[in-house]
Amino acid sequence: MVDLREERTSSLPPAKIGLGVFLAVVGSLFALFISAYSMRMNMVDWRTLPVPALLWFNTGVLVMSSIALQWAQMAARRNDMDVALVGLLAGGVSAFMFLAGQLLAWQQLNAAGYFLASNPANSFFYLITAVHGLHLMGGLVGLGRTTAKVLRSAEASQIRLSVELCTIYWHFLLLVWLVLLGLLTGWTDNFVDICSQLLS
Amino acid sequence: MVDVPFDTVAGVPPAEVGEVELYHPRSWWTRYVFSQDAKVIAIQYSITAMSIGMVALVLSWLMRLQLGFPGTFSFIDPNQYLQFITMHGMIMVIYLLTALFLGGFGNYLIPLMVGARDMVFPYVNMLSYWIYLLAVVVLASTFFVPGGPTGAGWTLYPPQAILSGTPGQDWGIVLMLASLILFIIGFTMGGLNYVVTVLQARTRGMTLMRLPLTVWGIFTATVMALLAFPALFVASVMLLLDRLLGTSFFMPTLVEMGTLTKYGGGSPILFQHLFWFFGHPEVYIVALPAFGIISDLISVHARKNIFGYRMMVWAIVGIGALSFVVWAHHMYVSGMHPYFGFFFATTTLIIAIPTAIKVYNWVLTLWRGDIHLTIPMLFALAFIVTFVNGGLTGLFLGNVVVDVPLSDTMFVVAHFHMVMGIAPIMAVFGGIYHWYPKVTGRMLNEALGRFHFWVSFLGAYAIFFPMHYLGLLGMPRRYHDIGETAFVPASAHDLNAFMSVAALIVGFAQLVFLFNLIWSLFKGREAGGNPWGAASLEWQTPETPPGHGNWGKELPIVYRWAYDYSVPGAAGDFVPQNEPPAGVLAQGAHP
Amino acid sequence: MAVAIILILVAVASVLFHIFSPWWWTPLASNWRYIDDTITLTFWITGAVFFAVVAFMAYCVLRFRHTEGRRAVYNPENKKLEWWLSVGTAIGVAAMLAPGLIVWHQFVTVPAGATEVEVMGQQWQWSYRLPGKDGRLGTSDARNVSAENPMGLNPDDPAGQDDVVIQNDDLHLPLGKPVKVLLRSIDVLHDFYVPEFRAKMDMIPGSVTYYWFTPTRTGTFEVLCAELCGAAHAQMRSKVVVEEEKDYHAWLEKQRTFAELSGQRDVAKATYTRESE
Repeated sequence: MVDLREERTSSLPPAKIGLGVFLAVVGSLFALFISAYSMRMNMVDWRTLPVPALLWFNTGVLVMSSIALQWAQMAARRNDMDVALVGLLAGGVSAFMFLAGQLLAWQQLNAAGYFLASNPANSFFYLITAVHGLHLMGGLVGLGRTTAKVLRSAEASQIRLSVELCTIYWHFLLLVWLVLLGLLTGWTDNFVDICSQLLS
Repeated sequence: MVDVPFDTVAGVPPAEVGEVELYHPRSWWTRYVFSQDAKVIAIQYSITAMSIGMVALVLSWLMRLQLGFPGTFSFIDPNQYLQFITMHGMIMVIYLLTALFLGGFGNYLIPLMVGARDMVFPYVNMLSYWIYLLAVVVLASTFFVPGGPTGAGWTLYPPQAILSGTPGQDWGIVLMLASLILFIIGFTMGGLNYVVTVLQARTRGMTLMRLPLTVWGIFTATVMALLAFPALFVASVMLLLDRLLGTSFFMPTLVEMGTLTKYGGGSPILFQHLFWFFGHPEVYIVALPAFGIISDLISVHARKNIFGYRMMVWAIVGIGALSFVVWAHHMYVSGMHPYFGFFFATTTLIIAIPTAIKVYNWVLTLWRGDIHLTIPMLFALAFIVTFVNGGLTGLFLGNVVVDVPLSDTMFVVAHFHMVMGIAPIMAVFGGIYHWYPKVTGRMLNEALGRFHFWVSFLGAYAIFFPMHYLGLLGMPRRYHDIGETAFVPASAHDLNAFMSVAALIVGFAQLVFLFNLIWSLFKGREAGGNPWGAASLEWQTPETPPGHGNWGKELPIVYRWAYDYSVPGAAGDFVPQNEPPAGVLAQGAHP
Repeated sequence: MAVAIILILVAVASVLFHIFSPWWWTPLASNWRYIDDTITLTFWITGAVFFAVVAFMAYCVLRFRHTEGRRAVYNPENKKLEWWLSVGTAIGVAAMLAPGLIVWHQFVTVPAGATEVEVMGQQWQWSYRLPGKDGRLGTSDARNVSAENPMGLNPDDPAGQDDVVIQNDDLHLPLGKPVKVLLRSIDVLHDFYVPEFRAKMDMIPGSVTYYWFTPTRTGTFEVLCAELCGAAHAQMRSKVVVEEEKDYHAWLEKQRTFAELSGQRDVAKATYTRESE
């Protein structure tokens, strides 16, 4: 048995642990959406919808956004707040572009007749992208507050922490998006099949 | 020689004065209403939960009146009966018990028991309460919307939940789902606090293996809730889309009152999987805090350390983990693949083992103790009786083939009321009688308390024990009136009437309890800081009720576990967790 | 003192209630005696545990209640005792689980010779369908449901033409023949429940579920719905008549097939309305 006698509460800031726990919750949420998706897609009425090419562009933008924040974090770590600010702004702008791109993709699908309720594949597409988008919007609020901290030159350690938290969250959402993309484009179908065979 | 993990910490330097980032209220509003102090939030949670719980109690009276005396009360029609059972179940499970154990007990006790000044994210904690309140208001509003609240049963199974054959199809179900979504968002905010506070804000010397079991119970339940509630969230969002936007996540091709609907292809079973992936952990989200509270009550009032502390901790964690792989035992007769039955029956019965260990350790704590039959102790004893009873009938329902004749009968109703209704409520009451002196500085009235205890315990037992036998007889649940049925003898109706009378009496006793809560606030005997002689940290605060920041200037330092009662060689019959070792340990009597 | 006595009384009263309860399961009318036996076994094991725990508590309260000068024994752990108790519990659990799983295996394994019978639930009535001369049931789909064709049978399926359709009437079953009950619904979840048969399974719109049993005594048994299905859930009743082979065939002769019914049906579909009470 582990001897816990000498254990101290770790030196990680509470906000970071809090974010970690929150990401576990968000991870659970998306995992459940994905399970529901893979159960539902085995029903006969499922008609996979063509993924708009725009999604690839959006993915690229989201990757850029993550890179920009990573860059900002590295700058903040060496106390280069001007560069950090540029990174944060670039990350924010590209995240907005991603969201706008997602909306555009919805419009394209709608225009092509792929409505929300016409097939479960469509329903899931709109639902899952919406949930992901909402999480990104929530992140943008946090990013805005971090940017404000930099602008009013708050304490460096605080800025570093905020930027780091944003970056972790961004990377996490990017990861979730890549998984979702794999699911929506059908790349992971084989994997899903293997899982459902294991279950039944 | 016993091997104990809680020996003393030598030479701990004094804790720093933790004046860091503590929120200070500036006005009456921010002190008592929009407060960020966990203790105030705890009281707000408790009062809100108990208020909406009273609504659910009244609903249960109406249900019992209808069941005991069918046809007598013309103001209850079948639609309303279904609305009553739905709202009663949903309120009791989620808006009362979950909110009270985690939001109420959790907020009050976690910071005090781990030696923190407050929760780590006080602002988020405050938001959590206000969103919970909003969820409760939305829920309560369904009583006043056209069509009334939903009558889909608390499980909200589609397709029935959103079709016109079920009452509350217009507004009721939509608002119910909206309220659940709000509740989950609010709970997540609170839950982050509870988890991170336990992980990060423990005072010096408070190792994980020195935490009182109450904290372990609430902590594990919160972790489970954080991971399980998303399933309900997903199910609610998808059901809401099915209802409002005509998607077919859960809705197959079906005929609604003779007309073919636009739905098609969906899977009602998918909803059930999602619902119970949340629903089963939910049972333990309610049970684990109760386990923790009962452990502490028994230990304090039997003046004896809890028996097998480490086993208790591992049992809590083990039950929490196992409860995520048993959900489909609620679906043995749902039409899912029959081979799932083998797996889920096995996991379900395995969970009985850690649960039984907990029961053994409680009664072994009583053994050779110094049992003070205070009101908290009485409630703890009642908890064990009802929990063992309900837990054992769980072995019937978990054992797949035995569940077949019993599922959806009154046996199930009796089982879950005993195990996750009465038993946790006994823990809630025991906890309130135990900690009320800390919260208010006054004792609850003893005579009223004993009256409340005996009527609640014996009355509730008299309602739910015989109910099992109606289920055995084959009487289905969710029937507003069994009517003329060949296999139901007349005596069963008499039994129903008896249970209804018992329910009314038990309900009345709760009014006495509410009166006691208010009366004792002003007239109760002054309690002092530590009326029970308890060793855990929350009883060692410099002020009672604890002031803002809990600990005055210096945070306490913890030298031992929370269960040093009747230590050989010690002067008193308990040693507070924060008492420095030199003063107590005579000749190394402590291992 | 009083507390200990009341605790003992609770335990004793529970046992006495169990022994003398006039409320007990209905006399069995199917082959599922094993289910009853497993329940009885479970009652014995759990009853003994319940009595033992409560009696031990009562003993502790009586023997170790607070008196002047009493001091509790300091006793944090006893690994050996805890392990013994865990192992004992595991054995008890296994003793209940093993027969349960064996009987479940029988429950889900339909014997080869079972005749198929279809039960369809809808808000709030039961319909039945028996295979005709060809011994097969035709296909069905909720999209085919109409006043003419309330069970939604596929009019183009030759296998379905000779199916015997029973609307608003009792289901008859021959004694001693294993039956595979196919369960279907066209609107919401229902559950075909006859207490005397012990078996039970939800019916799900969009798919077909099943269970099997062999009727073992003649008689008329009440059908209830055991899955909440809306406002008139409690009124959704019907009857199953189990009778000797000869009587069964006499009854079957009088029933009409899908082909006979379609075309000449003018009976309006009887549905319960909301204010039917």
